[in-house]
Amino acid sequence: MKEITEEAVAITIEKARQMRRNIIKMLGQAGSGHTGGSLSASDIVACLYFWEMNVDPANPHWPDRDRFVLSKGHAAPVLYAVLAEKGFFPIDNLNSLRTLGSPLQGHPDMRKVPGVEASTGSLGQGISWAVGMALAGKMDKKSYRVYTMLGDGEIEEGMVWEAAMAAAHYKLDNLMAFVDHNGLQIDGRVQEVMSPLPIPDKFRAFGWEVLEIDGHDHKQIMAALNSARTVSGRPTAVIAHTIKGKGCSFMEDRVEWHGVAPKPDEVKKALAELL
Amino acid sequence: MDKQATRDAYGKALVELGSLYDDIVVLDADLSKSTKTFDFAKKFPDRFFNAGIAEQNMMGMAAGLAAAGKVVFASSFAIFAAGRAFEQVRNSLAYANLNVKICATHSGITVGEDGGSHQSVEDIAIMRSIPNLTVIVPSDGVSTRQALFKLYQHQGPAYLRLGRPALPLIYKDDMDFQIGHGIQLRQGHDAAIIACGAMVALALQAAEILAAEGIQLSVVDMHSIKPLDKDITVSLAMQTGAMLTAEEHSIIGGLGSAVCEVVSENYPVPVMRMGINDVFGQSGTPDELMQHYGLTVDKIVQNIHLLLKKKTK
Repeated sequence: MKEITEEAVAITIEKARQMRRNIIKMLGQAGSGHTGGSLSASDIVACLYFWEMNVDPANPHWPDRDRFVLSKGHAAPVLYAVLAEKGFFPIDNLNSLRTLGSPLQGHPDMRKVPGVEASTGSLGQGISWAVGMALAGKMDKKSYRVYTMLGDGEIEEGMVWEAAMAAAHYKLDNLMAFVDHNGLQIDGRVQEVMSPLPIPDKFRAFGWEVLEIDGHDHKQIMAALNSARTVSGRPTAVIAHTIKGKGCSFMEDRVEWHGVAPKPDEVKKALAELL
Repeated sequence: MDKQATRDAYGKALVELGSLYDDIVVLDADLSKSTKTFDFAKKFPDRFFNAGIAEQNMMGMAAGLAAAGKVVFASSFAIFAAGRAFEQVRNSLAYANLNVKICATHSGITVGEDGGSHQSVEDIAIMRSIPNLTVIVPSDGVSTRQALFKLYQHQGPAYLRLGRPALPLIYKDDMDFQIGHGIQLRQGHDAAIIACGAMVALALQAAEILAAEGIQLSVVDMHSIKPLDKDITVSLAMQTGAMLTAEEHSIIGGLGSAVCEVVSENYPVPVMRMGINDVFGQSGTPDELMQHYGLTVDKIVQNIHLLLKKKTK
């Protein structure tokens, strides 16, 4: 059990703020990409990389590292932002997002970016990778943990539940899945497009330990991470209630910010709110 | 002639490989008794995982295991491995260039009585269109075993197409199997047969019959559909001037198409494609189905006669 100190929380909050600023800047530069879901995920991803996970930017393939699989791969900007912030590659590289020849593809490519653990983006597949990695960890008697993050729209994919079944069947208590429950998908509110609700009951029925938190409250995120470490014999799902576009008032909870990048004036306005 | 199903050779070779290499992990989707991964599962229970009836997640788990350093052999029937899980093979395995060998059994119409819903006649076409993916269709048990050893050493994803029924053994144990290199089994200058899988043994029988008529054929076992052996294909086009392809697969997109692509771009000669003529299969015994869809020695002989007429025009 790691102690949740005010200092630790101050660090992750500051990192999340920096990441959000870089997300806005790189998307503004790219002119396209997924803004809302990158911002909703920022606090959890910041806590993972700056409080929870053992990773080494100087040695990205260290066999004993913890692993994070961004199953909602369209939120690539949040992953690039945290990896740059952590030192896997220079922050300046973020400007090349989505340009020809750049390692920073529209969706994460593990073969091009150090620190990216899985090539994801086609929804539903990342959680299966995470199950495979957790299984390998068990086989090799390694103590590393595997984290994945799903979108709440993403869990409409049937494959997610195949993976959820397998994770419980193989008792993968080294696996933790966050659901970034921001309530919106491309075509509208999740319960209007194809309701995945109630999400906690579904994971519980599939044999997972389930926690519900405010996905922007760093103490709650850290407490969930601590709590999952005490669970034995089954994986943990954290249903994180979040706000799409969190941090930029004019984007918050607005479906039109799913797959749109901010224009120059909007970048300015957003950055002014993220001081 | 001794016979062995390629899936049986696969199951045995997998156990051999498992004894030699600790990093091998095998996955199956509730078909281990049919795909023959069951023997590996019994011998190495800690390195076998049943994904249940969930092929998509099986491919995703394979990706995760491979990303963590395992060499994964994932099995199901061809219709599910290449069909149901196509996009997982494409995005999770091939796009990420991972060390996963998809070993698909029960390919083609020789699935037999289960019928058209289970007879994959499109898998070669689908799989060979995916970048990074090596596609192998062995013709007998011996070459299946060799292919498996080569695929273990090969870095990257592969699709190995295996069958249900017993096939004649063509090779001796010391045969040389190289990915990307067809094997010339017979030499002749009148025409060439390029075949894969179950059709190779039939092509050899047909060549024997035609030789008695004074027609000399080259016969190549083109087990490596991708990368295709371009050198041997072009040189046979030059030497013989007429080619027949034979596969237990649709004539669209498979070996026949791959050969036509190479021949038409490099040395155009008449090519006749034998295979399933853009229809689905149906129930029947494997032998009845091969007869019904015209995948027989007699039909090869007839087609060579037709082909030679085209050549002389």
